[in-house]
Amino acid sequence: MQQASTPARATGGPSQLLSREQAKALADRVLALSPADQTRVNIQSMWSGNTRFADASITTSGGVTDTTVTVTVTVGKRQASSSTNVLDEASLKRTVDLAARLARLSPEDPELMPELGPQTYSTVNAFAESTADLDPEARASGVRRAIAGATTAGKPAGQIFTAGFLEANARAIAVATSNGLFAYHRTTDADFSVTARTPDGTGSGWARGGARDWSAIDAGAVGRIAAQKAVASRNPQSIEPGMYTAVLEPQAVTDLVPLLGNALNARNADEGRSPFSKPGGGNRIGEKVADERVTLYSDPADRMLSGQPFDNQGLPIGRMMWIEKGILRNLAYTRFWAQKQGKQPTGVALAGGLALTGGTKSTEELIAGCSRGILVTHFFYIRALDPRTVLQTGLTRDGAFLIENGKITRALKNFRWNESPLLMLNRLEDIGRPELTEAGRLMPALRVRNFNFTSLSDAV
Amino acid sequence: MSPTRRDFIRTTAATAASIAAGGLHVAEAAQTITAPSADSAVLELANEALNAARGAGASYADVRIGRYRRQAIATRERQITGVTDTESYGLGVRTLVNGSWGFAATSAMTRAGAQNAALEAIVMSRAARAVQGRRVELAPVKPVTGTWITPVKRDPLEVPIEDKIALLLAANEAALKVSNVRFVNSGLALLREVKTLVTSEGTNVTQTMIRVGPSFSATAIGTGDFQTYDEELAPRGSGWEYVESLDMRGNAERWASLAAEKLTAKSVQAGQYDLILHPTNLWLTIHESIGHPTELDRAIGEEANYAGTSFVAPPEKVIGQLRYGPAIMNVQADRTQEGSLSRVGWDDEGVPADRWLVIEKGLFKDYQTTREQVARIQKLTGVTRSHGCSFAESWNAVQFQRMPNISLLPGTENIGLDEIVAATERGIVIRNRGSWSIDHQRYNFQFSGQAFHEVRNGKIVGMLRDVAYQSNTPVFWNSMDMIGGESSYWMGGSFTDGKGEPSQSSSVSHGCVPARFKNVTILNTSRNS
Repeated sequence: MQQASTPARATGGPSQLLSREQAKALADRVLALSPADQTRVNIQSMWSGNTRFADASITTSGGVTDTTVTVTVTVGKRQASSSTNVLDEASLKRTVDLAARLARLSPEDPELMPELGPQTYSTVNAFAESTADLDPEARASGVRRAIAGATTAGKPAGQIFTAGFLEANARAIAVATSNGLFAYHRTTDADFSVTARTPDGTGSGWARGGARDWSAIDAGAVGRIAAQKAVASRNPQSIEPGMYTAVLEPQAVTDLVPLLGNALNARNADEGRSPFSKPGGGNRIGEKVADERVTLYSDPADRMLSGQPFDNQGLPIGRMMWIEKGILRNLAYTRFWAQKQGKQPTGVALAGGLALTGGTKSTEELIAGCSRGILVTHFFYIRALDPRTVLQTGLTRDGAFLIENGKITRALKNFRWNESPLLMLNRLEDIGRPELTEAGRLMPALRVRNFNFTSLSDAV
Repeated sequence: MSPTRRDFIRTTAATAASIAAGGLHVAEAAQTITAPSADSAVLELANEALNAARGAGASYADVRIGRYRRQAIATRERQITGVTDTESYGLGVRTLVNGSWGFAATSAMTRAGAQNAALEAIVMSRAARAVQGRRVELAPVKPVTGTWITPVKRDPLEVPIEDKIALLLAANEAALKVSNVRFVNSGLALLREVKTLVTSEGTNVTQTMIRVGPSFSATAIGTGDFQTYDEELAPRGSGWEYVESLDMRGNAERWASLAAEKLTAKSVQAGQYDLILHPTNLWLTIHESIGHPTELDRAIGEEANYAGTSFVAPPEKVIGQLRYGPAIMNVQADRTQEGSLSRVGWDDEGVPADRWLVIEKGLFKDYQTTREQVARIQKLTGVTRSHGCSFAESWNAVQFQRMPNISLLPGTENIGLDEIVAATERGIVIRNRGSWSIDHQRYNFQFSGQAFHEVRNGKIVGMLRDVAYQSNTPVFWNSMDMIGGESSYWMGGSFTDGKGEPSQSSSVSHGCVPARFKNVTILNTSRNS
């Protein structure tokens, strides 16, 4: 069969994304189409490449390029949005007109804030060429290294089964308003996770690497660690569910602690429907809400977090100290709520990433300091149970182990648990050294007293 | 003893026929909108991509061109918090080269854009050969040409926005009349999806899918306490007439009063109870504990790194052998059901919509499949066709196995919730979806609800709160001892069900009748427990 020539570079690369100048030109075109009192344009230009595999075969892989323009039109106190990814003049005009029509039809919004004018943003370098250049061959090569690492490490259990997913994303986002604001930001993230299962079906392990920069991820190590966990987790035994000391690996902490993000909403707290509501009215800023060693903050300019320096209205996002040495220092204020309460607006709570600091020890040291407890690799299927306490339910997955006298002694069956990340931060025995668990997340291992494991799961 | 394959097939056919005649469908909506066909520009681009893929060595290729229009309206109390209207248009090409898949998608809707996407998919197919333990083989499907549209009387996207806003704000106003109810959220999510599929085997179909998702939630504030009640307004593959039939204006005050009533409801005493699940709650339990475990990709490990695997595995040990529940339990998969969210004319591989039994008389019978999965189990099931479960959330996502509508069929005795309550000594009735969580092999689950009522000696004696039920899937379904009849059947569903990497969302319905489960563990989820 005749073969057409294939492009030297299949997908990806910074060339796929709109540059600052291209984004500005597109935004200006759209703004010029709007006759409304105020208009905002949000642009997202993206490339994504992924490779998925299971049972020694790549099952699917994909590459996507797309650019979406969202137009938000304000007419008096009325506002609506419309978006499209069809960027010819006629479609952009249709999109602007639709937003204007929807706005005119909408009732007045007494909480509407005017669009912002020019702002100053922190400098954030969140773009890594190594991620934006990750083409299908390079991804397949990463997968091969992971499978090789897993196969070697899994040998004690026989022929290990592996499944995993490698994804690279590059995005350029821009915000422009008819009041003269223009903001532009480029970011990348790479994520690679592998699940390894032993052939007897009794052991399962998992590992993950996530970063803005693909070159910071060791694909072979991800496969190797997943397989080591799988081998070690074979033939799990039951112990009675109940309150145990838990050593949560950094990935498990990453599953839980960011769930506090929703609870950090100031308005919900002030309105009496948040764990940070003060009985009788107001919020708990200034009160102790966690162990005095706990500090929780967001900061897009922190080089380890490299978060987004502005929100979708173009509001600058700066360093936000949420909890400092156990004291609630700030909540997240929208522009409206900030004005009403006489506060500074902060934008969305976790847009600037999230870091939990306060300790220096390794996970191994936390294990060594535990007389009896349960080591948790990560969690699965977490769902909220009670917003009053941020109580959640979920399960352990891919490796739960009994710790006795500072050592891992045996594999345990998985547990369902009911626990609150907020209450948990008040029952800390020790805090580990924060590490990058995924792009924008800097989380430590934790050793928690009386973690509430409520029932056993037969799942491996 | 397991039946022979011939018996098995005969039973399947007989049962499916009797169910098909059972008339479970919601009254057929008179269709007043005809299905549009693809315009010539779309077909030209699709053929451009197909030709490029074939020319570059694809043994099979398919092209999907989709135009998705989504509208969302969100309100709180007397305000609109968001009105958005989104259009997304683009093309995705899937290629098979030497038994390996590649996929690429672009919004550059030009001849060059279509060609480049096809060639990028080919690069991925070739790169994938570096890691290939098994070649993809597709089950045969007859090429088809046609159009299809969700039967609706009124396209929700054509209803004036002010009518939609007025409806929501009127519902909020009614809810705010209730004492202690301080916060109300209501909303509408509306979708029209026009999708053309063209394959290298000659299929050429254009479908228009219309879906509506209304929502309503009220929060009552007490002294140092708050309680929320979400009404279970099932999303449907229906038109605006369905939204109107819910009478949100007329019912909102009653719904909101349940939030207020929860403030003073008794906190449940944890323990073992007989559980009576209303269809507004049971549909989600079916989704999680039957729908997902019977996905074949999970059973063979392809979802192992994300959603997980399944206890319904390996296929050779469970098909026709696994006792899922009692003999009164029949579970049907169906992509033809009127008003359902996953109803289509053809799936995203051009396979005609199918209906089959997943569980028959309590025994597990068959999985959900796509074309490439058929060969894995056809010797066990005798089924040589795909069940038509291929779906992609958008033009920019690759199609893979997604759940069809999966429903618990009614019992033969024509009873409803009242009769089940009357026959129960000590139990709890649960309505609507609350919190839900289940493990990665679908054994251990914990679900909650929105309204809980205590049953004593055959009567409802009061409202409870802080209730969750926790069980193990096979134990739970085998404890089912009473189910409602046909007149108690109701169809719920999820507008957004996540699966796959990168995660994709699909919409799926689940019909069911009220059912009783014996001696289920009830937890108290309050802060004091």
